[in-house]
Amino acid sequence: MSDIQSPPVPKAPVPAGSTEREFTVKERTQWQIVVRRFLRHRLAVVSLIVLILLILLAYIGPLVWIHKLEDLDSPTDIMISASNPMGTDSLGHDMFARVLRGMQQSIKVAVIVAVLSTGIGAPYGAIAGYFGGRVDTILMRICDVLLTLPLLLVAGALVTGRGGSVLTVALVLGLLGWVVNARVVRGVVLSLREQEFIEAAKALGAGTFRIVFNHLLPNATGAIIVQATLDIAAAILAESALSFVGLGVQPPDTSLGVLVNDARSAVETRPWLFYWPGIMIILIALTISFIGDGLRDAFDPRQMRQRR
Amino acid sequence: MLAYTIRRILVAIPVLLVASMIVFTLTLFTGDPVEEKYAGRNPPVPQQTINLERERLGLDKPVVVQYVTWLKNLVTKGDFGPSIESTRDIGGELGKRIFVTLRLIFFAIVLALVLAIISGVLSATRQYSKLDYTFTFLGFIFLAMPAFWVAVLLKQGALQYNEATGTRTFFTIGERSVETEPGLFNAFADIFGHMILPTISLALITYAAWSRFQRSSMLEVLNSDYVRLARAKGLSPRKVLVRHALRTALIPMTTVSALGIAQLIGGAVITETVFQWNGMGSYLITSIATRDRYAVMGWLLVAGIFIVVGNLVADLLYGILDPRIRYE
Repeated sequence: MSDIQSPPVPKAPVPAGSTEREFTVKERTQWQIVVRRFLRHRLAVVSLIVLILLILLAYIGPLVWIHKLEDLDSPTDIMISASNPMGTDSLGHDMFARVLRGMQQSIKVAVIVAVLSTGIGAPYGAIAGYFGGRVDTILMRICDVLLTLPLLLVAGALVTGRGGSVLTVALVLGLLGWVVNARVVRGVVLSLREQEFIEAAKALGAGTFRIVFNHLLPNATGAIIVQATLDIAAAILAESALSFVGLGVQPPDTSLGVLVNDARSAVETRPWLFYWPGIMIILIALTISFIGDGLRDAFDPRQMRQRR
Repeated sequence: MLAYTIRRILVAIPVLLVASMIVFTLTLFTGDPVEEKYAGRNPPVPQQTINLERERLGLDKPVVVQYVTWLKNLVTKGDFGPSIESTRDIGGELGKRIFVTLRLIFFAIVLALVLAIISGVLSATRQYSKLDYTFTFLGFIFLAMPAFWVAVLLKQGALQYNEATGTRTFFTIGERSVETEPGLFNAFADIFGHMILPTISLALITYAAWSRFQRSSMLEVLNSDYVRLARAKGLSPRKVLVRHALRTALIPMTTVSALGIAQLIGGAVITETVFQWNGMGSYLITSIATRDRYAVMGWLLVAGIFIVVGNLVADLLYGILDPRIRYE
């Protein structure tokens, strides 16, 4: 590790005379270490690049692409052609334009759910686990109530009869989804709080806020990140599933789930209508999972094994 | 532990009550079921019929009274309330359908757990080997696949296989045939045949997430000091793995899989839709579409009980598996 080049900004004060030692181990901040470890995870890096490209494609693509979402000027039932790279449906919609729109929806869902479920779930779970006792009981009962509310039901109630926008669906997913996050973080914190470093922090007079945010949550980062990426991937799938059964995004707007549902009976006759939106869902969810995996390895300070 | 269990069950009652209140409120948002039922009829349904229907469903009373009446009838008479279809018996239908769905969920969970633990442990013990990469990649792929997409693909594959071989090897529609050959064995074989595809498609997408968790937690344990100690004092690798490491590494799995029951009840809806099972899934979708409020409430209660029990079991297992966690 000692001979690897690194950015020259040690944040911590360098003790005088340290440069005169035989080996110089440059000090790095935790984030520098995390970034370095992440960059070593090739699959994660490739996924990050692919995901960024997909996001750019989804948002810049429609601005420059020759067909618009509602255009019906393409020939019908084309499998592939220069002006319809993903084919067309039986009405003459360009599939590429529709898939791009669907990707936008999935990305919106991902962002909203990530922010909501991590932002609410992680501190909530840490507080419940750290305090224990009555606070834990009350907080967890609230979780139980939310967990008994079936996603399909809540989404159905809020979407049925008033045309669901992707925002509604994402909010429902986020506001129900953080509970799992909270329970996982609580589980980690339950065993962290019995450990010596928490005792040490208490002995040094650290307040509750400091213990939760500076000691417990950073040590649970691995679990939080893995859970967040699982949440995002699951949310993207959930949105498409809701749309698939007709309780999500409503026509005339579209999403990848709506597209797959439209193509459900055409798997044999017009397979491209079924495969393209499905592949895009998989691609987005897959890259997010790989990035999460890379982050997990990067964040775990106990994992010192080098990747080959 | 027993006191803790009893307390948790007692606490679960208000949890379910609050959940039912929330759902009751939510169903108010979906619109008037009677208007929806008679909308667009030609000639228009007479006002008198509408009023009678509203009276039968109790819609003419204030919302709070509606809820309390529903609850009272449920507790005292075991009556799940009137359905929007006057011939529909909500309690009876739920009783029949829950077993159809449970059958699916149970076998899917068992299959998924076995797959997840085996692949997770193998991945962790041989971290960064070819085997680990293969399992990891497979897991990621299944994790990223939408349940309905996998189900439709499996169904399509099975149909094509049937067509190619000219047999009826796989059943792709329904949870059982309308008519089977007489005999207990044939009935059994028929149900089993219908279960194969839905169980596989449900288990595959579930196993993926669980195997990630198993690998994650196993790695964490394998890098810990006490496992190093166990190795250092000369225990056989097998004993270290099974007795020391796996025991701890299963703890996060208990929560994840118990919570998975909740997700599976939802996930089964999708699988059941694709394979056209008459389980809890199609029941819920129809009930939401027809705004059948009490049918939806009944679904919530049944699903809710399973979720509460699942959570309780997860917490109890937590205490048994990890002595550091204490329930006072």
